[in-house]
Amino acid sequence: MLYAILCYHDEDFVGSWTQEQDAAVMKKLAVVQDKLARQGRLGPVARLLPTTAAATLRKDDPPLVLDGPYAETKEQLLGFYLVECENLEGALDVARDLGAANPGGAYEIRPVGMYAPGGGAT
Amino acid sequence: MTDSAWIDAALTSARPQAVGALLRYFRNLDTAEEAFQNACLRALKSWPQNGPPRDPAAWLIMVGRNVGIDDIRRNRKQAPLPDDDQAISDLDDAEDAIAERLDGSHYRDDILRLLFICCHPDLPATQQIALALRIVSGLSVKQIARAFLVSEAAMEQRITRAKARVTEANVPFETPGAVERSERLAAVAAMVYLIFNEGYSASGDTAEIRAPLCEEAIRLARLLLRLFQSEPEIMGLTALLLLQHARADARFDSEGALILLEDQDRLQWNQKMIAEGLALIDKAMRHHESGPYQVQAAIAALHARAEKPEDTDWKQIDLLYGTLEIMQPSPVVTLNRAVAVSRVRGPQAALEMIEPLAPRLSNYFHFFGVRGAFLMQLDRNDEARVAFDRAIALANTSAEAAHIRMHLDRLMRDSQPRDTKAGK
Repeated sequence: MLYAILCYHDEDFVGSWTQEQDAAVMKKLAVVQDKLARQGRLGPVARLLPTTAAATLRKDDPPLVLDGPYAETKEQLLGFYLVECENLEGALDVARDLGAANPGGAYEIRPVGMYAPGGGAT
Repeated sequence: MTDSAWIDAALTSARPQAVGALLRYFRNLDTAEEAFQNACLRALKSWPQNGPPRDPAAWLIMVGRNVGIDDIRRNRKQAPLPDDDQAISDLDDAEDAIAERLDGSHYRDDILRLLFICCHPDLPATQQIALALRIVSGLSVKQIARAFLVSEAAMEQRITRAKARVTEANVPFETPGAVERSERLAAVAAMVYLIFNEGYSASGDTAEIRAPLCEEAIRLARLLLRLFQSEPEIMGLTALLLLQHARADARFDSEGALILLEDQDRLQWNQKMIAEGLALIDKAMRHHESGPYQVQAAIAALHARAEKPEDTDWKQIDLLYGTLEIMQPSPVVTLNRAVAVSRVRGPQAALEMIEPLAPRLSNYFHFFGVRGAFLMQLDRNDEARVAFDRAIALANTSAEAAHIRMHLDRLMRDSQPRDTKAGK
């Protein structure tokens, strides 16, 4: 079984780490990741840019683009995509296509800051 | 991360919200600040023992409020108290009791009120910045004094004066209306930009101690953007600061001399900040509501996108400066544009562009530096030397002067090749 592990934390808190503190945390995480990678169990790892860089597409008809992250709590996270796009508009186009295939709910679009493709997990 | 580093980061990140909420409650800057300080002291004792609270800001607000009320009771037995029906005396219960009530509805207004007070129009810019760094960012007076290269006593006085003015001005602690909010948002954005520039304009020998100003400005910009998620100019401001600061490690050589953009080692640019800056400017552009911060960020983005200096899209930069000239006419903008023009249409066109600025920029270091560089490119070396001499006389920092001297040395070498050879 593949498991997705989704990371939650207080953005203000993480944002007030110094560069050194941030690097120290990433280094400790890398130790755990390396172990999983050696066992061939690690898929992609991504660190998202802050929510200030996010946009949200509400899959209404017509779809509505809002600035900022997805803020509602009544829906649940059901899945995610990683897509290579030229820019935010390109990502929104992809989201619109997906939304047309499956209306209702919303997509939050967040640029990825750090990405390691992994490739160990099958 | 150690306990104390964790607590430091938690206190720093909770500060704007907590002080903002305490200000709403006590309606007095000093009381709110003191209450927050006292709450922090209790956190330092309580958190390592009892573990971190689920919501540090809520904990600090609740404890700060109770401590503040106790202090008022002690100091002024007869004075009327704030409505304390919600005060809870048992600190252990504080978090659970308040967590539900702090649903974030006050969050935005509390922080805004705090920022707006710091940007009160009665305060000169230097006091606005000092007050914001003290109250919102929570830097110590010593840290701020160090970053501004003034004595601690002088900075203490500056902050005390600013607070006194705020009190005199009888700042309303009510939540501002929509119109006032958008007017004052511009003032807050300008203040954040000024804080950044204080750090960014540092010379090589002071860059390290002033860099925290840049980081603090970025933190404030992000905070502002979270409060105003759909404001393209706030996206532009945040992007601009990130894109500029991404170059921090490449801007000075080991001796502290300034390294020009085209000579910088681009591998030292911080790609994480660049990625975030580019994402934000991209997002802002979708709004089709241009503004000065967005245009400046777009210019910075073109530099950031160029892997090598010769990849720089000077034509587009020239156009963007042209737009900025219309939005914010200023001789300094024209001077910057001329640098792009020199790349697109050559030094003669650029020189013609800046000649009319001479009367207004007769005491501006960069004017003579740029003018000298154009003249040098046109082989008008005697005139270039005059311009460079004037630039050195006007240099604000030793790094600026050193940079111009480098040009002068090159002029000397170029103009006396035979002498040099004869000497060998």
